[in-house]
Amino acid sequence: MSPLSFQFLSTLRLGMKSLLLHKLRSVLTMLGIIFGVCSVIAMLAIGEGASYSAQEEIKKLGSDNIILRSLKPAEDAKLAGLGRGGTLDYGLTYQDGARIQSTIPGVRRVLPVRIIRENALFGPNNVACQVLGTLPFYPEIVGLEVARGRFLTDTDERNIDNVCVLTVGLAQRLFPYQDPLEHSVKVDSFYYRVVGLVREQNLPEQRTQQGTMEGEPLDNNLYVPLSVSRTRFGEVLIRRSASGFEAEKVELHQLTVQMRDAAAVESADPQIKTVLGRFHTRNDYEIVVPLQLLRQAEQTKRIFNIVLGSIAAISLLVGGIGIMNIMLATVTERTREIGIRRALGAKRRDITLQFLVETVVLSVGGGLIGVVLGVITPLIVSQLTDMKTIVTLWSVLLAFGISGAVGIVFGLYPAKAAAQLDPIEALRHE
Amino acid sequence: MPSPETIIQFEAIEKRYDLGGEAEVRALRGVHLVVQAGAYVAIMGPSGSGKSTMLNLIGCLDRPTAGRYLLGGTDVSRMPDDELSEARGRMIGFIFQSYNLIAQLTVIENIQVPLIYQGRDIRAYQEHCAKLAEMVGLSDRLHHRPNQLSGGQQQRVAIARSLVNDPLLILADEPTGNLDSRTGTEVLDMIDRLNAAGKTIVLVTHDNKVAERAHRVLHMKDGLIEREVLNRPTPHGNGAPAGHP
Repeated sequence: MSPLSFQFLSTLRLGMKSLLLHKLRSVLTMLGIIFGVCSVIAMLAIGEGASYSAQEEIKKLGSDNIILRSLKPAEDAKLAGLGRGGTLDYGLTYQDGARIQSTIPGVRRVLPVRIIRENALFGPNNVACQVLGTLPFYPEIVGLEVARGRFLTDTDERNIDNVCVLTVGLAQRLFPYQDPLEHSVKVDSFYYRVVGLVREQNLPEQRTQQGTMEGEPLDNNLYVPLSVSRTRFGEVLIRRSASGFEAEKVELHQLTVQMRDAAAVESADPQIKTVLGRFHTRNDYEIVVPLQLLRQAEQTKRIFNIVLGSIAAISLLVGGIGIMNIMLATVTERTREIGIRRALGAKRRDITLQFLVETVVLSVGGGLIGVVLGVITPLIVSQLTDMKTIVTLWSVLLAFGISGAVGIVFGLYPAKAAAQLDPIEALRHE
Repeated sequence: MPSPETIIQFEAIEKRYDLGGEAEVRALRGVHLVVQAGAYVAIMGPSGSGKSTMLNLIGCLDRPTAGRYLLGGTDVSRMPDDELSEARGRMIGFIFQSYNLIAQLTVIENIQVPLIYQGRDIRAYQEHCAKLAEMVGLSDRLHHRPNQLSGGQQQRVAIARSLVNDPLLILADEPTGNLDSRTGTEVLDMIDRLNAAGKTIVLVTHDNKVAERAHRVLHMKDGLIEREVLNRPTPHGNGAPAGHP
C-alpha cells in the first residue's frame, strides 16, 4: 500500500472512530440522508412503474390505430330525457367509413362496429349483453383470442348468416351445463348459432363498449356479422324505458382506423377531422388517438418524475442541512482537539480533510443504507398493493450521487470553519 | 551570528494585539533572546507579563508583529500558515498543563499523532513509539484511552508524544500545574532526564520550585524580560521531597 493511500485510510479510520464515539448521534444524523435517498429511489420506482403500466396499456390499444366513437350530442341527450318525440339520428355512418378509407392516405383498413344492447336467451337463462356487429378482421385489430371454434368469416358476412361468437364470460353465464358450440342463442326474435368462443385480451379502454352500467360485467359480448346486425336489428334502435320508448338511429357506434404505420397516425388525425367535419354539423363523435395518449403519458411521466424527484431532493437537502448542523456542533465540541492537532503540526487542510471525511462517511454511509431501503421499499409496495414498481439503475446512482454530493457540499463549511480556528484560541477552549 | 547550536534566536520581537479601534495591547515590546542547544530555560512572570505570548511565539503557534525569530536557524517569523504548521510538527514537542491528549485515541495512537502530520508512514514507527511509551513507563497501557489513565500517566503520554518527532525543542507549559506534588515531581524528573540526554527545554511556569530546576530563569514583566537568573546546573537527583505541607 502506498503511504498516501495508507494515510487516506487512516484518516478514514479516524473519521469512523469519531463517529462511532457518538453512535446515536451519528445514526440520527444519517437518518435524514437515509430517508432522502430511500424516498428518491422508492418514489422514482413507483412513478416509473405507474407510467410503465400506463404506457403498456396504451400500446395495447395499438399505436397505429385511430379510434372514432359515436357520441350522443349534448342537445339530443336532453331531448331523449323527455321520452317522446321523433327518432334521434346521430353518430358515425357507413359513408364515413368509406370516405376515410378512400380519401385519407396511409389507411390500411377501417373496422366498423355496431353495438346494440340486448338480452341473450338460452332456455331459461337470460343475460343482458352487447351485440356487436362487425367484420371478420375484428380480432386482429382489437386483440381477441379465439378460444374455441372460429370467429366470423366473410362467408357469414356475405350470406347474412345467423351465426354468433360469444365471449367466454357470456358463454359461461348462458350455458352453465351445455357446450355452447352445439346450441343457438336467441336475441330479440332471432336465433343465432354459436360458432366460436373468444377471450378478451384487451383492456376496458380498448373494448368496443358503450355505456357504463354499474355492476355489468364487461365481457358480455356477442359478435354477429355486420350485415346481420343491419338486417336483423335495423338502423333504428328502440329502447324501452320507464317513461316510454326511445328511438335512436345510429349506423355505426365505432370506427377503428388502422394506419399502415404509426408515422401516418399524426397526419391522419387532423385529416379525418376535416373529412368528417364536413358531414357532421354536430359534435356527435369523438376521436381517440392512442399514439397521442402515449405521448401524453410520457409527458405526464416526465412531470411526475420531476415532482417526485423534487420532493425527494428537498428531503435530501433537509438531510444535508441536518448533517451540517451536527457537524458545526461537532466542530465546536471538538475545538480543543482541533487545537491540539494544529499544535502537533496539522495543517489547515489536514483539519478540513478530517471533518470532510467524517461528513462524507456519514452521508455516503446513510446513502448506502438508503439505497438498500430504497430498493426494498418498492418491493414491499408491490407486494402489498398491486402497483407495479421499477427500480431503475439511474435512480439509484442519482440518489447515491446526490447523497455523496450533499456530504461534500454541506461538510465543506463546517470543515473550513474548523480549519480556520486559531490554534491558540482552540487550545484555550474548554 | 547564529551558531549551529543556537535553537532560539529572538531579535527585537514585538507582539501587538489589535483590540479594534484605537485600543492595542503590546504583549511583547522588543524581546531579545538566544537559547543554545541543550539549554534548560524557565520563563516566569505574573499573568499579563507576556509569558504566554512568548510561549505561543516560541512554539510557532503565532507570528510576531515585528522582529525576527530564527528557530534552529530558520526564520519562522514570516512563514505562511502551512509552513508554520510544518515547522511546529517537525521542530517542537509540546507538553501542556492539561495534557491535551486526544480522547478518542489510545495511548499509542496519541503518541503517533505528530508523525501522521509529518506525512510519515506510521507503520514504520510502531517500534519507535512503543519504545517511547516504555521510556515513560506505560508499555503496559498502550491500548488504553486517556480517560482510563491518571493525570500523571496522561502527562507521561504527552511527554512521549512530544519526543516522537525528535524535536529541536521541547516546550512545556505549566507541565505540573494539574498534578499533585508527587506526580509533578516525577514528571519534572523525567524532563530533567530529557535535558540531561541533550534535549533543549523551555518551560513556562509560575512555580519557583519548578523554575529552580532550569539553568536559566527568565522573569518577564510588561512585555520584556525583566531579569535573568542563572542557576548552577543542578545535579538532578531524585528531588528530595520538599519538606513543607
